[in-house]
Amino acid sequence: MATEMEGCTRKEKEACPQLLDLIPRERDWLVSRDIERSSSRGSSSSEEKKLELRLGPPGQDWSMKRERDGKSQSLLSLGYYSSPMSSNQTQKFISYQQQAKVASFLHLPVTPNKASQPWCTKALDLQNAENKGFSPAPANTAVLPNTSQKRTAPAPVVGWPPIRSFRKNLASNKSSSKSAVESENVVQIKDPNGKPVETSGKGLFVKINMDGVPIGRKVDLGAYDSYQKLSSAVDELFRGLLAAQRESCNGGTKNKQEEEKEITGLLDGSGEYTLVYEDNEGDRMLVGDVPWHMFVSTVKRVRVLKSSELSALHLRSSKDKMPL
Amino acid sequence: MVEDPSIPSSSSSQMSEDDDRSPSLDLIDGPIPSTKSRNCSGVSVSGGGTSVEYTVPYPDQVLENVLENVLCFLTSRRDRSAASLVCKSWYRAEALTRSELFIGNCYAVSPRRATARFTRVLAVTIKGKPRFADFNLMPANWGAHLAPWVSSMAKAYPWLEKLCLKRMSVTDDDLALLAESFAGFKELVLVCCDGFGTSGLAVVVSKCRQLRVLDLTETEVMDDEVDWICCFPESQTFLESLMFDCVECHINFEALEKLVARSPSLKKLRLNRHVSIGQLYRLMVRAPQLTHLGTGSFNLSEGMAQGDQELDYVSAFAACKSLVCLSGFREILLDYIPAIFPVCSNLTSLNLSYANITAEQLKPVISQCHKLQSFWVLDSICDEGLKAVAATCKELHELRVFPVNAQEDAEGPVSEVGLEAISEGCRKLRSILYFCQRMTNAAVIAMSKNCSELVVFRLCIMGRRRPDHVTGEPMDEGFGAIVMNCKKLTRLAVSGLLTDRAFSYIGKYGKLVRTLSVAFAGDSDLGLKYVLEGCHKLQKLEIRDSPFGDTALCSGLHHYYNMRFLWMSSCSLTRQGCWAIARELPRLVVEVMKSNEGEEEGDNFDTLYMYRSLEGPRDDIPQFVEILRPGI
Repeated sequence: MATEMEGCTRKEKEACPQLLDLIPRERDWLVSRDIERSSSRGSSSSEEKKLELRLGPPGQDWSMKRERDGKSQSLLSLGYYSSPMSSNQTQKFISYQQQAKVASFLHLPVTPNKASQPWCTKALDLQNAENKGFSPAPANTAVLPNTSQKRTAPAPVVGWPPIRSFRKNLASNKSSSKSAVESENVVQIKDPNGKPVETSGKGLFVKINMDGVPIGRKVDLGAYDSYQKLSSAVDELFRGLLAAQRESCNGGTKNKQEEEKEITGLLDGSGEYTLVYEDNEGDRMLVGDVPWHMFVSTVKRVRVLKSSELSALHLRSSKDKMPL
Repeated sequence: MVEDPSIPSSSSSQMSEDDDRSPSLDLIDGPIPSTKSRNCSGVSVSGGGTSVEYTVPYPDQVLENVLENVLCFLTSRRDRSAASLVCKSWYRAEALTRSELFIGNCYAVSPRRATARFTRVLAVTIKGKPRFADFNLMPANWGAHLAPWVSSMAKAYPWLEKLCLKRMSVTDDDLALLAESFAGFKELVLVCCDGFGTSGLAVVVSKCRQLRVLDLTETEVMDDEVDWICCFPESQTFLESLMFDCVECHINFEALEKLVARSPSLKKLRLNRHVSIGQLYRLMVRAPQLTHLGTGSFNLSEGMAQGDQELDYVSAFAACKSLVCLSGFREILLDYIPAIFPVCSNLTSLNLSYANITAEQLKPVISQCHKLQSFWVLDSICDEGLKAVAATCKELHELRVFPVNAQEDAEGPVSEVGLEAISEGCRKLRSILYFCQRMTNAAVIAMSKNCSELVVFRLCIMGRRRPDHVTGEPMDEGFGAIVMNCKKLTRLAVSGLLTDRAFSYIGKYGKLVRTLSVAFAGDSDLGLKYVLEGCHKLQKLEIRDSPFGDTALCSGLHHYYNMRFLWMSSCSLTRQGCWAIARELPRLVVEVMKSNEGEEEGDNFDTLYMYRSLEGPRDDIPQFVEILRPGI
C-alpha cells in the first residue's frame, strides 16, 4: 500500500484517488485545519463528487476534497472527545512537529470527517498530552474505499460547539445528594450518583487539626495501614508547621531548639501531643485503642491535642465511651 | 461605560456592547476637521439680514469653557464622537473632557495616539482578541498584549482609576507596573484574559490601596502558589467587589474570612469552587449586605462526611436581604438547594450554569423567582425545566442555556419545545443564547413573533448543518423570521442547515445587526455578499467553515472601514483575494494565519482576520501570522 501511495505524485492528483495523496513521499504529515478550499469551485457539482473517494459507512456522505494548489495535505482525524477542563489554553495549537510525530506514531491515514454535506470539516484538535489518550478514529483502517466502518459520531472539530473550556465536561459535574440514612461507614467518598463508595483505600480523607496550628490538614487514611505509619505522617505534616508557629510566637526569633522538633509519643501519651479522634457517633476517642480497620471505618476527624489537656477531656477507651 | 441597571448581569455582559448604541468610530476620524473653525474667531452674526460685526475676546476659550461644562454631561461614546467632529474647538474640548476611553480593538489605534488625544482619562476599556479565540481557533501568543498600553498610560494617566480588559494578554509584569504607576487605582476588571498568575494579583492587591473592584471573569490565572488573599492591606479595605470564581487555585480561607470582615463596603463576592458551603456560611454571616454572591462549590469540603453539625444555611441566606444576583453552585449538593429559598423572590439574576440539575430539582427554586431578569442554566433541566421558567419568570430579559454535553451526537435534552415555551412565557426577552441538538423553524418563528424585544438572538444547533428536524428543511425561514420580526436585533448567531437564502433575509432585514456569527452555513459567495451589501450597521463579522470566497470578500470593500473586524476561517478564500483587499484598503490591516507552524510559504492559510487601524501593521506578530502589506 505504501508503494502504491508513493507512486502518486502530487501533480498527478487527478489520476490518483484522492486518499493516496495523503501520505506524501517525504513522510511529512502536514496537518491543516482546512481542506475544503477547493470547494470554491462548487462543492455540490456532481462531477466533483464522482472524483471523490467515499469513505465511511454506507449512507454517510464521506468524501475527500482536493487541495486547490496541489499541495498534499493530510487531515488527522482522531476520534477523541473534548478534553477534560483544560486550563492550559496555551497548548491549543499543536505544533507541526508534534503533529507529525503523532501521525506517524499512530499510523493513521487521514480521513476527513463529514457531516451531511460534502463540506469537509477539520477534525483536528490535539490538545494536552494528559488527555484521555487518543482513541484512533474507527476509520483508521479505512484507507480503502467502501470500507464500512461503524462510526457513531463525527470526529470533533476545533472550537465546535463554541463553548469555552471553563464550561466543558460538566457531565462529570453531577450534582450529588446526601442520602438521609447513612450507614456506620461514615468516611465516605461519594460517587457522582451520590452513593457511598466502599472505603477500600480509595482515598479516605479526614481532617486533622493540631493544637496551636490554625490551618488544618487532610490525611488520606487509605495510604496507611497502621497507627505507627499514621503517627509518622502526623509528625511529618506538622513538624514544620509547629516550628513556624512557635517561631512567630517568639516574635520571630529563631530558637534553634524549637526548629523542627520531632513529634513523638502520639499514641502512648508519652509525648507532648497525643492523637485523638472523633468517631461517627461524635465521641472523642484515643487513637490506638481499636484495630486499625475499625478505626478507619469509624473515624470522622482527627486531632492532635496537647497531652496535658487530655485528662480534662474524659477520654475513654472504646469500651466505655462518653460524649464530650 | 454606562451600566444598564435594568439588566443586572455578570461583568462579562457589561463588556458586551449589545446594549450600547455607540460604535467605536471615535478614534478613526484621523485628521482633525479643519473646515468649520472660522466662526469661532468672531464673524458676522446676523439676525435680520444686516450683518453686524463684532469681536469677542478670546472666543476660543470662551467657547471651550462653555463646551467643557456641557460636554462633561455627555457619556455616550457616539454622542462624544459626533461632538468632536463639529469643529476644531469642539474636538479639543471633547478630548479634554472625555474621562472614559473605550478601545474596541487594541490594534486599531496605538497607545501613544490615544493618550495624546485624550489627556484626562480616568477609566480605560480595552478589547483585544476576537471572540473566536475563545474556542481554540487562534493559536496562543497571537497578540493583544497589555504591556504597551500600560507603559503609555503609566506616563499619561497617573490618576487612572479604572481598567477593564477583555481578551487581552496580561503578564505579571504588566500588573506590577499597573500597581506601581497608578496611586489612586480603584477598579480592575479582567474578562477572558490570560497570561498572569497569582503573583500578579498579589502585587495589585497589596499596592493598590484604594482598590474597590477586583473582578476576574472567565480569566485564566496561573497558580504561582502565592497567597494573594493575604496580600490585601491589613487595615480596612475599600473593597466593594471581589470576583474570583474563575480562579482555579486554592485560596487561604482564613485570610479571606478576615478580609471580608474588614471590608465593610463589600457588596459583590464571587467565590471559586474551592470554597465549601461551610466556608460560604462563615463569609455570609460576616457580609449580609451582599448584593451579588457567587457561592463557590456549594458542597461540603472534600472528604468531609455528613453528620457534621449542620449550619443554618437558610438563616444565612435569609439575612442577606439585599441579595439580587446569585451564581456559583460549582459542585452543587442538592440537599442544600432549599437554603437559597429565602432569597429567590428577590433575585434578578440567577446563574445555575454549572449545576447539573433536573427539572424537578429546579422547579422549587424557579417557581419563586418572579423577579428574575437574567437566568443562566444547563440543558440538564430539559424542556420541562424551561417550561417551568416560562411559567414564572415573566420579567426575563436574558436567558442562556448551556449544554452539559458539548458534543454533536449527544442526546439533546432541550429542543424546540423548550424554545417555544420560553417564547410563550417570557415576552420581554431581549437576549437569548440557546444550545440544542435539534430545532424547528416553527419554534424560531414563534419566538420572533412573541419576543419582539429581542436584541440578541444566538441559537447554536450543535450538530453541524442540521435541518429542521420535523420538516427536513433548512433553517432559513426561522432565522429569516428573526431578522424580519425583531426590529431591534443587533446581534445574531446562526447555525443549522442554512442556504444562501437565509443570508438574503439577513441582508434584507437585518438593518441594525452589528454582530453576526456564522458557522458551517451557506452555499456560495452569494450568502456573504447579501450580508455585506445589506447590513449597513455591521461591525463585527465572524465566519468559519463556510463556502465564501474571494468574490464575496470583494463585495464588502465599501464597508470594511466601517467595521471593527472581519474574521473568516476555513472558508474559500485565496491569498490573491486577500491581497486584493489589502491593496484597495490601505488602512485595513489584513492578517492571514496558518494553524500549523513551520509550513513553507504557500497559497493556503486558515484564517483571515482583518480590521481597520490608524497605525498600519503591528510590530508584534508571531511567526504564524502574516500581514499583507501592499507595496512591500
